[in-house]
Amino acid sequence: MKAVSVQPQTGTRERSTSKNYWKEAKKSLRKHWQLYLLVIPPVLFFILFKYLPMANAVLAFKNYQVTKGIWGSPWVGTKYFDMLFNNPQFWTLIKNTLFLSLYQLAATFPIPIILALLLNEVRSLRFKKAVQLITYAPFFISTVVMVSIIMIFLAPRLGLLNVILNAMGMESTNFLGDPTKFRSVYVWAEVWQTTGYSCVIYLAALAGVDPSLYEAAKVDGASRLQKIINVDIPGILPAAVIILILSVGNIMSLGFEKVYLLQNPLNLQSSEIISTYVYKIGLLNANYSFATAVGLFNSVINLILLVAVNAVSRRISENSLW
Amino acid sequence: MAAVQTTASIPTRGKIRDSAGDRIFLGITYILLSLILVAVLYPLIYIVSSSISSPQAVASGKVWLWPVDISFAGYKTVFSNDQILVGYGNSLFYTCCGTLISVILTVAIAYPLSKKTFFGRNVLMMFITFTFLFSGGLIPTYLVVKGLHLIDTRWALLLPNAIFVFQVIIARTFFKSSIPEELNDAAEIDGCSDIRFLLSVVIPLSKPILAVLTLVYAVAQWNAFFDALIYLKSQHLYPLQLTLRSILIQNFSGGNMDASEQVKRQELAYLMKYSLIVVASLPVLILYPFIQRYFVQGMLIGSIKG
Repeated sequence: MKAVSVQPQTGTRERSTSKNYWKEAKKSLRKHWQLYLLVIPPVLFFILFKYLPMANAVLAFKNYQVTKGIWGSPWVGTKYFDMLFNNPQFWTLIKNTLFLSLYQLAATFPIPIILALLLNEVRSLRFKKAVQLITYAPFFISTVVMVSIIMIFLAPRLGLLNVILNAMGMESTNFLGDPTKFRSVYVWAEVWQTTGYSCVIYLAALAGVDPSLYEAAKVDGASRLQKIINVDIPGILPAAVIILILSVGNIMSLGFEKVYLLQNPLNLQSSEIISTYVYKIGLLNANYSFATAVGLFNSVINLILLVAVNAVSRRISENSLW
Repeated sequence: MAAVQTTASIPTRGKIRDSAGDRIFLGITYILLSLILVAVLYPLIYIVSSSISSPQAVASGKVWLWPVDISFAGYKTVFSNDQILVGYGNSLFYTCCGTLISVILTVAIAYPLSKKTFFGRNVLMMFITFTFLFSGGLIPTYLVVKGLHLIDTRWALLLPNAIFVFQVIIARTFFKSSIPEELNDAAEIDGCSDIRFLLSVVIPLSKPILAVLTLVYAVAQWNAFFDALIYLKSQHLYPLQLTLRSILIQNFSGGNMDASEQVKRQELAYLMKYSLIVVASLPVLILYPFIQRYFVQGMLIGSIKG
C-alpha cells in the first residue's frame, strides 16, 4: 500500500517522436478544449498562491523596500543568511524545532500502530467500533479549542491535573510556565488528539492482510503475540514506512498554530521554534527580508530531508513516494 | 467495563482453543483499550458537564464527572456576547463559501487530470505535487495576498488555501477508478461535450467523493485560525476561531482579582469558557457521524496508488 501517490505515471506514456507528440497535443486540444478551459482557474490558483510566493522568495537576497517592491529592491547577496547563521538565537531555534519535532515523532509514530494492533485483536465488533469512533473524535477539535482545553486542565490553581497532584500530596506545577515541561505538554496533547485518526490507515492495512496467512499461523500453533509479530507487522510495514517518510520530511515544519498559542513569556525559552520566529520578526516586526531568509532556509532543509529519506527508504525497503 | 466480560466467551468460539497465554494477552488488550477509551473520553465529558453546571460549582472545583447544580448560565453568557455571535456568523459564511469554492476548483482540476485524453496531465500533475514538497514561505505568500489587495477582506480566507493537493489526488484517483472509460466514449459518440458529461454523468456518479471533499474542506475552514490571524485586521470580519482565541486564551488569567463583587463575574467568565468550547465545536459535533465515515473513506481512497 502506498499512502500517498504523488508521482505522475510516466510509464504509461507512449513513446513517440516529438513531432507526433505535438500533433497529438493539438488534436486533443481541439477535441477536448473544454477540459483545458476547466483547469484554467485551478492552475491560476497554483500560480498565484503557490508559485508566485516561490518566486517572491528571492526577497531573501534583497533588501526589501516597500516603495520599490520586491523586484525593484536592491540585491544584498547572502547578507540575511549571514545574519541568521551568526545570530546566537539561531541555534536555539533549530534545537527547539528539532527536539520538539523528534519528540513528537517518537510518540505519534508508534502509538497509532500499537492502537491498531490492539484493536485488530478485539473480537467484539461493537467494542472495536466504539473505541474507533471515540478515539477519532478529538482530531476534529480546532487548535484554538484544543489549546484552551489544555490550559483548563493544566491551570495552576483549578486545573484538574494539579487538583489530582495535590490530592496525592504533591505540589502544584505551572505546566505551561515551565520551559522543561513545554515539550511534553505539546506532544502528549498531540497524542491525545491524533492517535485515533492516524490509526485508521493501519487498520485498513491490517484488514487487507491475506486471511490465509492467519489460518496458516493458527494451524502452526502460533500464539497471538507471534501472529502479531510475523503476520500483522509485516502487513502494515509498507504503510508505516510511507508515514515515516512523510513525517521525517516534515520535521522542520512543525505546525505553527498550536505552538504559538501555547507560548507565553515563561516557556519561550523552549517553545520558540522557527515558524513562530518567522511570524514574529516578519509580520509583527515587518522585517520581511530576514523572515523570508529564515523561511527559505527552513523550506530547503525540509525538501532535502524528504528527498534523502525517500532515497534511503527506496534502497532498503522498496517503499517510496516517487 | 462490559468489554472485559466478553473475553470469557471467546475461547469457545474459535475452533482451536486459545492457550492460557493467549487469553491473558487478550485480557491485557481489552484492559489497555478500555484505559485508552477512558483517557480520550474523560476530558470531553468533563468539559460538557462543566458547561452545564453552575458557575460556583465549576469555580470551586466540585465538578468531577457529572454536572453539578445544572444551570445554563454559561450558555446564556455566550449567546449574549455580540462578538461571539458575529464570529459565529462569519465562520458559517466562510465555511459555506470557502467549501463551495474549494470543491469546485478541486473537481475542475482533478477531473481533467483523470482523463487519458487530457494531454500534458503528467506535467500538470507534477506542477501541482511540487507545491506539496516546497513552498515559498509565510512572508512571500503574505506579500502576494497583499499585492492582490486581499488583506483585510473576506477573500483572504477563501482563496489563498482554496485547494489542498492531497484532495486533488484523492478526487483524481476516484474519477479514474470509478468512471468507466466506455461511458465517456459512448457519450462522445452521441455528441456530448466534456463539460456536459462532467455535469450530468460524472457528478451524479461521484457523490461519495463529493461528500469527502465537502467535509474535509468544511472542517478545515471551520477550524482555520492562522490565515485570519495574519490577513485580517477588522474585528467585524473575524471568524469564530479568532474570537475564541481572544476570549479563551488571551484572557486566561490564573491571577486573582480580590474585589468581592468581581468574584461572581469572574466565576461566570470561567464557566463561559466551557460553554464556549461546546458551542464552538457544535457544528462539527453534529456532523461527526458523517464526518467520521467520509474522512475514513477519503483516507482509504488516498491510500490506493492511483
